[in-house]
Amino acid sequence: MKKLCMIAMLLIAAINAYSASPASVSKPANGAHKSHAAQAASAAPQVLPRFRFENFTTANGLPNNHVFAVLVDGDRIWAGTENGLAVYENHVWKVYTTADGLAHRAVISLALDKNTGDVWAGTMGGLSRISGGHIDSFTQLNSGLSNNVVYNISIEGENVWIATAAGGCRLNLHTNQWSLYNERNTPMFEIWNYAVSATPTKVFYGVWGSGILEYDQKTAKWTRYDDPDGETETVVMKDQGLIHEIVTSVSYMEKENVLWAATYFGDSHYDGRYWHNFLTKDSGLPSNFTNYVKGVDGKRAWFGTDKGLAYYDGENWFVYRPSLTDGKPEMTVRNAKGIVTPVAVTTAPAHNYILGIDFQGNDIWVATADGLSHGIRQP
Amino acid sequence: MNRRAQHGFHFGVCAGFAAASVALLSVELWTGGNVRAAAQPETSATEDYSSPLEVLLSPDGARLYVLCQQSNEVRVLNAASFAVIKNIAMGRVPRGFSLSFKGDKLFVTNSWDDTLSVIDTKTLAVVATWSVGAEPSSVVEDRAGKRLFVANRISGDIAVLDAQTGVEEKRLLAGRGASYLALSPDGSRIYVTHVYPKIVPRQTGLENRMEPESEITVIDAERAVVIDRVPLHAIAGVFHLALSADGRLGVAAEYHPKNLIPLAHVEHGGTFTYSLEVFGADVGKAAPIEVPLDELERYASQPFGVAIAPDKSRVYVTCGGSEIVTVVDVPRLLRFIHAHTGLFAQDLSASANYVVTRIPVGLNPRGLALSRDGRRLFVANRLDDTVSMIDTRTNRVASTITLAGPKTISQLRHGEQTFYTSRYSFQGQMGCASCHIDSTFDGIQWNLEPDGFGRNTVDNKILEDIKDTEPYKWTGTNPNIPTECGPRTEKFFWRSENYDNLTLADLAAYVRSLAPRPNRWRQANGELTPAQERGKAIFERAVDKFKKPIPEYNRCSYCHSGPKGTSQIIFNVGTRKPNDNTGLLKAPMLTNIALTAPYLHDGSARSLEEIWTIYNPDDKHGRTNDLTKDELNDLIEYLKSR
Repeated sequence: MKKLCMIAMLLIAAINAYSASPASVSKPANGAHKSHAAQAASAAPQVLPRFRFENFTTANGLPNNHVFAVLVDGDRIWAGTENGLAVYENHVWKVYTTADGLAHRAVISLALDKNTGDVWAGTMGGLSRISGGHIDSFTQLNSGLSNNVVYNISIEGENVWIATAAGGCRLNLHTNQWSLYNERNTPMFEIWNYAVSATPTKVFYGVWGSGILEYDQKTAKWTRYDDPDGETETVVMKDQGLIHEIVTSVSYMEKENVLWAATYFGDSHYDGRYWHNFLTKDSGLPSNFTNYVKGVDGKRAWFGTDKGLAYYDGENWFVYRPSLTDGKPEMTVRNAKGIVTPVAVTTAPAHNYILGIDFQGNDIWVATADGLSHGIRQP
Repeated sequence: MNRRAQHGFHFGVCAGFAAASVALLSVELWTGGNVRAAAQPETSATEDYSSPLEVLLSPDGARLYVLCQQSNEVRVLNAASFAVIKNIAMGRVPRGFSLSFKGDKLFVTNSWDDTLSVIDTKTLAVVATWSVGAEPSSVVEDRAGKRLFVANRISGDIAVLDAQTGVEEKRLLAGRGASYLALSPDGSRIYVTHVYPKIVPRQTGLENRMEPESEITVIDAERAVVIDRVPLHAIAGVFHLALSADGRLGVAAEYHPKNLIPLAHVEHGGTFTYSLEVFGADVGKAAPIEVPLDELERYASQPFGVAIAPDKSRVYVTCGGSEIVTVVDVPRLLRFIHAHTGLFAQDLSASANYVVTRIPVGLNPRGLALSRDGRRLFVANRLDDTVSMIDTRTNRVASTITLAGPKTISQLRHGEQTFYTSRYSFQGQMGCASCHIDSTFDGIQWNLEPDGFGRNTVDNKILEDIKDTEPYKWTGTNPNIPTECGPRTEKFFWRSENYDNLTLADLAAYVRSLAPRPNRWRQANGELTPAQERGKAIFERAVDKFKKPIPEYNRCSYCHSGPKGTSQIIFNVGTRKPNDNTGLLKAPMLTNIALTAPYLHDGSARSLEEIWTIYNPDDKHGRTNDLTKDELNDLIEYLKSR
């Protein structure tokens, strides 16, 4: 019994350690900590992951309201917009433009090199590195970059992995060697790479129309994952493979060996053996049309769809958005039994069309089609 | 070693044979062959010379450490008697060293081995050798003794190592040719300089005529991240940097080249201004201030080492080309800066306000070290194997320590001395090494010919391995090295006295002797990587991807043939610009081509890729437009391995 108690306490402590990610810890009003696991055991979540959203637009410093990407860099927030790269620090926005060396005004992806502190920005006209306030840019003309449209970036160790409109790339920062991945050297049928998630063990590419490619760093072998239903929108074989070929976002949780994948026709969870897919008809996903997924861990993830922001805690779904009917702030909870309950809120993300997500402690930052949103976790 | 006495032979020969042998000697020189083989073979290598590059004093002032670049050693001397305590063997071409904060370890960068050696200062034994980046040039330990920061010149970054284990934690992007580091007195910041200017991206197509841009990279020592990049406009070649004991004043030695204007005149800093970059709270200005070290009719050529007196009264700067130590009065300098607004980097009369004196020392003075009380200043004279000890109260050399080594000056040694000195140019403004930094290149495009603004701009080429690749110049109009180094240099650069013939022969022999440094893109086992193999096949192909034969003259391997990658032929590859007199250019060699961006004769290609993605629309520079992007990447990977 003592051992059981000890294990339970350790479990609770471990789960509490996840407080670096939003919605990871429930803190009841009475002050007693309750683990997420304990919470999930009941039919409905006892404590809701509530957020107060503060929104940024051109009215308060953003260079453009079309925000394609957001990146948390300690106390700094980077926003990739249609008209420049903005960084928010000490309550002030600073904007980098092509005049500062940015490859293109439309910044569509962002990544942080946690080792060096350098920020990488993927644009519609090349790849830019922001280091110590200085920008240098790589294009398909001045470097080995495969294509100037850089949809996504992921950094592991000395390698910058890049998803472009003409295949994948890897830039080794020590040797400056560019390696290109396309239909000639990988099982990639289409070369429109939308997403990449890289770790020291595995790298996943999400390809628009060609499923997911997994690269094993040790063996240098590629594996492709496809929708068993082929290139159709029908889902006959659910949970037997990737939900759809048009993959827009991937998020690999190396510790748990779990891959989260977003497509325009639903989302997927893959643990290396089993697939579990999410559709609006049988989950709390607000829309199958998903632009972005960011895993918290192997069990929990946030989804950016065209109909709002969603959080899945492994049992329950939480949706945050301006109402689709009257635009008023809305939050709903769908519990494990499929019961949907509205929650009274006064704020919501700036727009329903969600393009990017990042975490800042217990807070969340959301890139939307009409502004940047800061979700401040409420007790 | 008295240089004039050593070279009495040369002068004697000149005097005796000058008139009679002009024709004969001309023939001998113009052949481009081994002009003095009979007297002193070129293979009389200079390896035995110590070539002191840097000096350090132990914290207690008892020991003088001397970094000897050519004998690959650290020599440890008694700082009072100058008796040798020990000579410690290092890796190849050591370039920088520093002591740990406690003084218990001496860290040495071996620039040709890409390693860092750790010496226990108690036992004077090498206790560890760790891998770092490409061409490590200096090193500094943080105040806590947790991390080492190593500036790597070729990889242009800072390797951050665990100071106990040598395990590399990360690499931080620094300026191109990152070389010198300084830790702030409070230990919070590390400042990094770099010797080659940045590759500025193309905006208008005229960037080959832009002024160079450099930076001082500022690192947060605790977090080991770059927090600022202080821009240095029009500067190319920044060397040592020093901070005052109170941390309120920083100075860096630098070159300010005048590469945009035709080299029509030299006087009044027509080609270079040598300056100090001054920054910090004492300066009281947001941006660093550039102050010239040159005087109106004499220059502080090739400034390298800097030291600030403990009481912040003086700044000492070694000037390798002028063979002096320039002494700057700090209070006067600050008064001058505070009293003047705007830029005065071009005003050579400015230095009269703060340069106190110029102390003649040995040949090619480089590193320097001040004693704790500020009374003794040690200066490493690299090319006469001596260390000058200056009494800072009198500003005179109090004694000269001669390091063990050959007693005679070989041909190559004399050639190297000639290469680095600025005495031959008008008013001593520049030497070969002003543009060929450390006998390599400077990454700058120069308007050398006085035939009009912006005409015939050429990129400075690397000198290593140029032996037997004549003709020289981009246009191939100089048949051999003696022509390049002699009449051409004298006419277009020095605007002053000629070399005597034997000095020219020695200089040419030295230039011919410059060996290529190790190629960092080649695998240790000599085999090509798969990408390099694929690129080699493209380089050598005779048929394009559409199965059409590629004419011999349009294959990469035709013009860039042989071990050095040049057929030495003159060819038009379609890169002539409206401001060029000719499109006929000599096929440049490929040795270590990865180092020498930008490319093409005028530096218009900012990267190897741009040679073919932008400047080869008609396939005149090899058949390349059938290649896919990954194939072009393979070709470039192969070229980098040459």
